[in-house]
Amino acid sequence: MAKREGLEVSVALGDAVKLADTDVVAAYPITPQTHIVEHLAELVADGDLKAAYIPVESEHSAMSACLGASAIGARTFTATASQGLELMHEVLYIASSMRLPVVMAVANRALSAPISIWGDHSDAMAVRDTGWIQIFVENGQETVDNVICAFRIGEDRRVLLPVMIHLDGFSLTHVIEPIILPEQSEVDQFLPPFKYPLPLDPKKPVTMGAFGPPFIYTEVKWAQEVNLEAAKAVILECWQEFGKTFGRYYSPVESHHSEGAKVLLLTMGSLSETAMVAVDKMRGEGKEVGLLKLRLWRPFPFAELRQAVKDAEVLIVLDRALSFGGPGGPVCSEVKAALYHETKKPKVIGFVGGLGGRDISMSGFEEMINKGAELARTGSEREFEIFGVRE
Amino acid sequence: MAKAKVKAIPKAKKAEGELSWKDIEIGCFITEPGNAIQFKTGDWKSRRPVFDFSKCNKCTLCYYYCPEGCIAETPEGYFDTDLFYCKGCGICAEECPKDAITMAEEEK
Ligand code: SF4
Ligand code: SF4
Repeated sequence: MAKREGLEVSVALGDAVKLADTDVVAAYPITPQTHIVEHLAELVADGDLKAAYIPVESEHSAMSACLGASAIGARTFTATASQGLELMHEVLYIASSMRLPVVMAVANRALSAPISIWGDHSDAMAVRDTGWIQIFVENGQETVDNVICAFRIGEDRRVLLPVMIHLDGFSLTHVIEPIILPEQSEVDQFLPPFKYPLPLDPKKPVTMGAFGPPFIYTEVKWAQEVNLEAAKAVILECWQEFGKTFGRYYSPVESHHSEGAKVLLLTMGSLSETAMVAVDKMRGEGKEVGLLKLRLWRPFPFAELRQAVKDAEVLIVLDRALSFGGPGGPVCSEVKAALYHETKKPKVIGFVGGLGGRDISMSGFEEMINKGAELARTGSEREFEIFGVRE
Repeated sequence: MAKAKVKAIPKAKKAEGELSWKDIEIGCFITEPGNAIQFKTGDWKSRRPVFDFSKCNKCTLCYYYCPEGCIAETPEGYFDTDLFYCKGCGICAEECPKDAITMAEEEK
């Protein structure tokens, strides 16, 4: 029986990659992802993980090496953050278009300039159109569980897509939490060996990444879109199976005290933990507020989101990224788009906050919920609100 | 020289313009080696070589110089291009020592 122990989340994440019996790790260290790859390098060097560790000269090379490894049918893992994720940007599209199920942990971090090593979701949001499955986690246990799930989801014959697990830099990567690492035998049972259907193999040659003239490009992109949408069913199935095996259940939109709530707050990632405490306090004071946590970002869970907000009057969305010159945060604009055709829908108020590691405390969330509810009544002249900026 | 033979073009399952998104392999991989032979790559030339066998001395230079490898020996031992692949680059005409190849304008 697996037991709960105090582990740094990055170390536990590395251990989860080991439990998944990963074949290849190619990574370039960048704060705050460093502890993850350091731990993996150590596991490989000590012979505890029988994998090839490819130390590369950049994130662009890291992702390129991952493509090659995945293409021969190797279970492949990498991790990065911020500028590193941006440097591999063009290769990310190739992983998803060539249907190579690389798993990557992203230690969410702000983008320069000014240089910030601290957390927000600018990096995660900048890659939302790359065709990867994107899952956000809010604590160490969720990180471990979802890394294991990521391999099973991505490698499923019906999916064959790369998966990013987003965990907030520092506030998750560098904290020690009580975490249950599943037993090897349990993981072996849950996660079947990776069998890529069309691997690079001299005995049965295939051409990957060939030229796609105008007569075929649209068809290829549509096939990719249909595939990513259909991946949702497999994700749900995997989380269900995971729950049955390990007793911890996950879903695309998770709710906390949302029943009967007139005002809902929607968050992603580690700040959800603080938001939960704020909601608990407000509930204790008799306020009809609740929390939604968006776990699955790509494919976007349209049906689950609509279902979760249908009885609310106000929906407050917190974005930890800013789409400059646009409608505010990417999460809020997608939530609004998802609700546009609904006849009964809450008023949506968008906040952008928690940028570059700026913390939002429990009282901060209370303030945000109260202000959001008030703006829903009075109206606002802005497309979105910025939270916590000094005038 | 061994008789050069242009490989018979295997019939594609569907024409380019008829392929549905459902017909595409995972990741648009090509699983049949050499199937590029099915695709007409000679449709964007603006000039095409015309071979005058009466001038040709069968020296084979055009055959070796053609960057497309689309010149082959005819049953009579002359050389001719396959316009399905010929790009109209004019190298054959430039290299022919007997001026047996002229480049004609493509009219449509
Ligand atoms: S024009 Fe160019 S491509 Fe065409 S036959 Fe001559 S050398 Fe080959
Ligand atoms: S280069 Fe000219 S002469 Fe020589 S084989 Fe070709 S067409 Fe004939």
